[in-house]
Amino acid sequence: MGNKFFVSLAPHIHGGDSIEKKMYGVLIALLPALAVSVYVFGVGALVVTGISVLSCVLFEYVLQRFVLKVQPTVTDGSAILTGLLLAFNLPSNLPFWIILIGAMAAIGIGKMSFGGLGNNPFNPAIVGRVFLLISFPSQMTTWPNAFERSYVDASTGATPLDMVKNHFGDLPSFSELLMGQSGGSLGELGALALLLGGLFMLYRGIITWHIPVVILLTAFVSAFCFSLLAPESFYAYQTGSSLGNALAYAGFHLVSGGMMLGAFFMATDYVTSPMTPRGQLLYAFGIGLITILIRVFGAYPEGMSFAIFLMNGVTPLINTYIKPKRFGEVRK
Amino acid sequence: MKSFSIGGIHAPENKLTADKATVTGALPSQAVVLLNQHLGAPATPVVAKGETVKTGQIIAKASGMISACIHAPVSGKVLKIDECVDASGYKKPAIYIVREGDEWMEDIDRTDTFVDRFDWTPEQIREKIAAAGITGMGGAGFPTHVKLSPPPGKKAEVLIVNAVECEPYLTADHRLMLEKGREIVMGLRLLMKGVGVTRGIIAIENNKKDAIAYMKSLVSADMGIEVVALKVKYPQGGEKQLIDAAIGRQVPSGALPVDVGAIVQNVATVFAAYEAVQKNKPLIERIITVTGKTLSAPGNFWMRLGTSMQEVMDMAGGLPEDAGKIIGGGPMMGKPLVSLTVPMTKGSSGLLVLPNLEAPRKEIRNCIRCAKCVDACPMGLEPYLFMTLTQHEEWDKLEKERIMDCIECGCCTFSCPSTRPLLDYLRIGKQKVGGIIRARNQKKVG
Ligand code: SF4
Ligand code: SF4
Repeated sequence: MGNKFFVSLAPHIHGGDSIEKKMYGVLIALLPALAVSVYVFGVGALVVTGISVLSCVLFEYVLQRFVLKVQPTVTDGSAILTGLLLAFNLPSNLPFWIILIGAMAAIGIGKMSFGGLGNNPFNPAIVGRVFLLISFPSQMTTWPNAFERSYVDASTGATPLDMVKNHFGDLPSFSELLMGQSGGSLGELGALALLLGGLFMLYRGIITWHIPVVILLTAFVSAFCFSLLAPESFYAYQTGSSLGNALAYAGFHLVSGGMMLGAFFMATDYVTSPMTPRGQLLYAFGIGLITILIRVFGAYPEGMSFAIFLMNGVTPLINTYIKPKRFGEVRK
Repeated sequence: MKSFSIGGIHAPENKLTADKATVTGALPSQAVVLLNQHLGAPATPVVAKGETVKTGQIIAKASGMISACIHAPVSGKVLKIDECVDASGYKKPAIYIVREGDEWMEDIDRTDTFVDRFDWTPEQIREKIAAAGITGMGGAGFPTHVKLSPPPGKKAEVLIVNAVECEPYLTADHRLMLEKGREIVMGLRLLMKGVGVTRGIIAIENNKKDAIAYMKSLVSADMGIEVVALKVKYPQGGEKQLIDAAIGRQVPSGALPVDVGAIVQNVATVFAAYEAVQKNKPLIERIITVTGKTLSAPGNFWMRLGTSMQEVMDMAGGLPEDAGKIIGGGPMMGKPLVSLTVPMTKGSSGLLVLPNLEAPRKEIRNCIRCAKCVDACPMGLEPYLFMTLTQHEEWDKLEKERIMDCIECGCCTFSCPSTRPLLDYLRIGKQKVGGIIRARNQKKVG
């Protein structure tokens, strides 16, 4: 028998959670949305997703193995997730070399230069997206129309956000937006599918409600207020009353562009969002408000990724000043 | 259903021995009685080498304000007063008694007859409890009579019996309630009289429905006692968590339970109080749950204190082949044992064997800042931050972030998807910061 027992301090059991469980959980949650975009954009969606995911994983492996000389951690699923999220932020006809540059920016600049998973201040996928948006503004803002399923010669057109911002074109109906029948980046369509994925993550305890709910709520309320204050300038659907128009306008913002993707999948990134529920509320409020401000007043029709990028930058500050509710702090 | 308000976890309960009635264990051939089975100063021996002692005879006296008496758990001859490795792995002084028969002190009532005498004065009750050497039997081992006399100016209103047994695997308290319910209620009434409160609460987690029903059937409104069922959540047995759950009051940082009017006693302690007052019996035996998935005969056993864990283990069919880790107590807060020579003490509520497969820890990975540890912490702290600050030796910041509030429950380590040893670092940080605070206070005084 001998005294060869393990001796380590309590606790002696572990809940069994792991990075993999979290990351692959998010990936599973993204599957319905992926299915929608493949249905709508066909080969284009598959090619863009494939290139993005593969190159992210490859870059991470190569950088860790040969440059940083550490044990590669590509199997933890985080590089796959970055690749998928990056793809969801791209148009389905983006030339492959631009995708490669985006992946390089996401993994190289966004993640590895800071010391890998857990140390990056900004969401890597958003770093990739913002990098491309600034470097290749025209390729990044021409989107194939819905059901243009080819990668190379898809006809392009305006996105719903464009139409509403500049008051032109045939706006898809609300239900079409919910089901994903509109132009846009891969992950900007199918609000319902994204919501489904979000609910799955909530159910599995991968995320908490704080960030998505507050982002959506803030965006809804602020869009509603803008429309109510200036009904002539901000409307999506004509309903016959300014109150109805404002509600429709606010609802439109929730189901179009990167709102759902951002609220459930990008803003909730563990590494770059605040650590305490109270901090998360503030962070989410900022994202919701900035997104609508950019959408309404900014140069770009979409502001989700900039808003998240900005609030990622504020996260360390939030973590320093907003502390959890301490036990015994407030007497009940 | 009520529970505490911040954090907490759900661990697999694994109460393998919940339906195993208690068995009286074999008497040890030798009892090794540690002099420091409680929080505070070690007791001072009052017997010498070679002396003959009877079961229940006092062998060491409480020394100082916070200390407890110790009695002979078996009859026999004092072999020596020497050191012995205890559960913490350190050598501590102990009295070794070689057992001869089992001859008890004559004034102890060893029968099972239920005694409901209630004409004791509060002083008598407190004195009898002090004389019986009773300490908190749930973990910390705070001397009970000290707890029953709150510092001047502080007034207790309610006595809460901790019967939640929130540690996975352990069932000693559960069995005790099912088998000694009447005695527990009597013990609580005596304790209430001893402290001078009219309200008593028996708090039980809802995974012990039979015990809840039974205890409810034993109390009546005129006793001032209420049985409260709590939602299962760890660490509900933590003193501060239990008070929050049972009466909705949060003990502020650095304060005592009595500051919010509460005194908490473990259910085994309450039973021991009954025996001390009504039976004149000192604390020399207790129930210990011997358990583990690969044990051949896990169960709950009445064992004399000072029995070696080896002999305790033998009661449950001996150590299994694949034993990987041996734990004194439960899996969340128990101590890892280096060997089975460690003797039982007043606080030994469990002996748990984890198989080889479950024993080792997993690889430590980067913190992914998922905040699971923050969400799990029942004290509203930030364990991930404590770990970093400890690594960087930032003691001032640790103190400001209230590391001393940590109750070492282990919820953070349990929840971390990166399997980071958060609590290991927290203990280091706490020790360091605690030392700094003590040094500072001494300077102020001196
Ligand atoms: S061990 Fe301390 S820091 Fe960790 S969860 Fe428990 S109280 Fe919080
Ligand atoms: S649970 Fe672990 S990985 Fe998550 S924030 Fe805490 S220490 Fe970091």
